[in-house]
Amino acid sequence: MARLKTGDKAGSFTLKGIDDKQHSLDDYSGKCVVIIFSCNHCPYVQAWEDRMIKIQTDYAPKNVQLVAINSNDGIKVPDDNFSKMKERAREKKFNFPYLHDEDQKVAAAYGAERTPEVFLFDSNHVLRYHGTIDNNYDNPNDVKENYLRDALEATIAGRKVSLAETKPVGCTIKWK
Amino acid sequence: MEEKIHCLSMEDLRKISFLYSDDCPSHHEALSRLRKIIDQEGVSVEIETINVRTNQEAIAHRFRGSPTILIDGRDIDPSSSEGFGLACRAYRLEDGRISPLPSEYMIRKALRGT
Repeated sequence: MARLKTGDKAGSFTLKGIDDKQHSLDDYSGKCVVIIFSCNHCPYVQAWEDRMIKIQTDYAPKNVQLVAINSNDGIKVPDDNFSKMKERAREKKFNFPYLHDEDQKVAAAYGAERTPEVFLFDSNHVLRYHGTIDNNYDNPNDVKENYLRDALEATIAGRKVSLAETKPVGCTIKWK
Repeated sequence: MEEKIHCLSMEDLRKISFLYSDDCPSHHEALSRLRKIIDQEGVSVEIETINVRTNQEAIAHRFRGSPTILIDGRDIDPSSSEGFGLACRAYRLEDGRISPLPSEYMIRKALRGT
């Protein structure tokens, strides 16, 4: 499975969100978009979720939109089915769209393998950063490297991202 | 029926099993953490490491997700509601956060049998 590389354009998609509406990449035209392949059940996602919410809060005024996509097979992992996605989003008060990639085509097209796995696109929807959110899933107070935030700052300022690729850390995507 | 309180002295410890799945990256750090705490507690005990690869193996080993630590067969977090199966394990820490790693406190408490 080929993964998007920095400099590649984002693949377009239209997916159903937990608000029961269809969401397309085109909805975020002119915005930096942080796509995070995510899910409900994975402890790595759960450990980073509050930080995802905070990133959206901090960067929304800077024309950034975070979008979470769940591509896991909801039959293999019932905790990741669509109704559970709605529950999770309500419980955690997600401030970003949470979309269901039911046929897993978006994850396959992007080459995502883990949850969480970050793809940061600039306002032209060109990939500028891929990898993990920061260097410490265990403790947000002990983070030493804020990979995604640093990449966002560079991208917003029109600078090259100094570390454009890190290894995604998390659960594997559960394929059908 | 009242559950018997299992209180171990360090000398009573016979076996620690460390079970993991390659799919869950926290197992390296979890094993280091376990070894560090065993050293700090001055316990001389062998750690048996088991790579769990299938759901059948998970059930057979009473594996609630990666990583799982059993001390003389007892899970270090007996309150966990996670079922047996091949998955990454979520630990609820003392401050309520979820982590893919058991806390040092959790491991130490289980080692001391308190």
